[in-house]
Amino acid sequence: MTAALLTLADSRLPAGGHTHSGGVEQAIAAGVVSDPGSLAAFLRRRLNTSGAVAAGLAAAACDAAGDAVRLAHLDDEADARTPSPALRRASRQQGRGLLRVGRRAWPAAAWDALPAFPHHPIVLGVAAAAGGLGVRDAAQVAAYLSISGPATAAQRLLAMDPLTVAAVTARLAPDVDDVAARALTAALPAATDPLLDLLAEVHAARKDRFFAS
Amino acid sequence: MPPDHDLDDYVDPYSPGHRHGGPLRVGLGGPVGSGKTALAAALCRTLGAEYDLAVVTNDIYTTEDADFLRRNAVLPDDRIEAVQTGCCPHTAIRDDITANLDAVELLESRHPGLELVLVESGGDNLTASFSYGLIDVQVFVIDVAGGDKVPRKGGPGVTAADLLVVNKTDLAPMVGADLDVMRRDSAAVRGGKPTLLISLREDPTAASVAQWVREQARARGLQTA
Repeated sequence: MTAALLTLADSRLPAGGHTHSGGVEQAIAAGVVSDPGSLAAFLRRRLNTSGAVAAGLAAAACDAAGDAVRLAHLDDEADARTPSPALRRASRQQGRGLLRVGRRAWPAAAWDALPAFPHHPIVLGVAAAAGGLGVRDAAQVAAYLSISGPATAAQRLLAMDPLTVAAVTARLAPDVDDVAARALTAALPAATDPLLDLLAEVHAARKDRFFAS
Repeated sequence: MPPDHDLDDYVDPYSPGHRHGGPLRVGLGGPVGSGKTALAAALCRTLGAEYDLAVVTNDIYTTEDADFLRRNAVLPDDRIEAVQTGCCPHTAIRDDITANLDAVELLESRHPGLELVLVESGGDNLTASFSYGLIDVQVFVIDVAGGDKVPRKGGPGVTAADLLVVNKTDLAPMVGADLDVMRRDSAAVRGGKPTLLISLREDPTAASVAQWVREQARARGLQTA
């Protein structure tokens, strides 16, 4: 591991992550998340579905960095694994934000091989490669980001104790490691969660929302 | 530091002091209720015929300010973009400007001749300020009813904004605010940068602020239509 991994996982990296709740805003509105216990359950569920998919895609994209054909194919794979149009939009929006800062932070030829408006995990994989990281790191950061942003969104929306939220996130670390490790073993993960898809679609139609997704 | 250490390696060659030659981006910040949206609407009305213009809003609820502008500014829908700030309006204009850059770039691509973009922040406190990665110049809007001590209290918005606007001067007698004190304190903390006292209720065209924006545009080589 290098310090580049810490930079990539840092919630203060200006890639736009703070405007996305990963479904938490709508989960709160629907009563699915209301306290630390239900937040932990939601985050674990998210980690093992969309987090696992993102980890697999990020690892594969890291391996394919610089190869336009393979990256375009992986971007299609991301589309195929994201049935909700709102989530596809959110992923591409976050991809755009990460691409903007990643290109500036780690100038490399690999960026030019990305397709137009790439999905977030694809950009994450290329960013990892551009930062000198490996596939394991790419999977790790993707898995971690699938819960870290949503956790702080819940903290803000429910005015939860930040120490409690930090503890919830920290205690999921073994699960994050496990998801990242499994993302490297076989074919690209393809777990889906209809709940996340539905929450995203309902959320996107709201006018009174604080978060982009 | 070792002699072979080249500091230039750490400096982004593309980092702008002032950015590319795109539209002039003007940030409008300030506390809740001071008149940011009313000022944005006034500038749209006054400058809309002179410049190819668009607005980005950062309201807490996404569309509140955008809807106000649509109603009051005679600005077509496709020239107003609202961004979600994840409960953190300040973060979205200073620490992580991604969502706002996306909105500005979307407006730029939709209107290739764009000359002026107003970026209105969500209402925040006296420490709120825009990153110069997002805007070229920023206006901080406070109001007389918030108390005549505000300029003296300072904070980055009051002290460092390129223009300080003190709105609602018509309310001064009602709230017992001393405009001379506000004028003097502003001058004392702002190191020569301009302050304008206005009443949007009495002058809905915001003539003096619009004139300041014209001067900024002229400094960037933009001519009025």
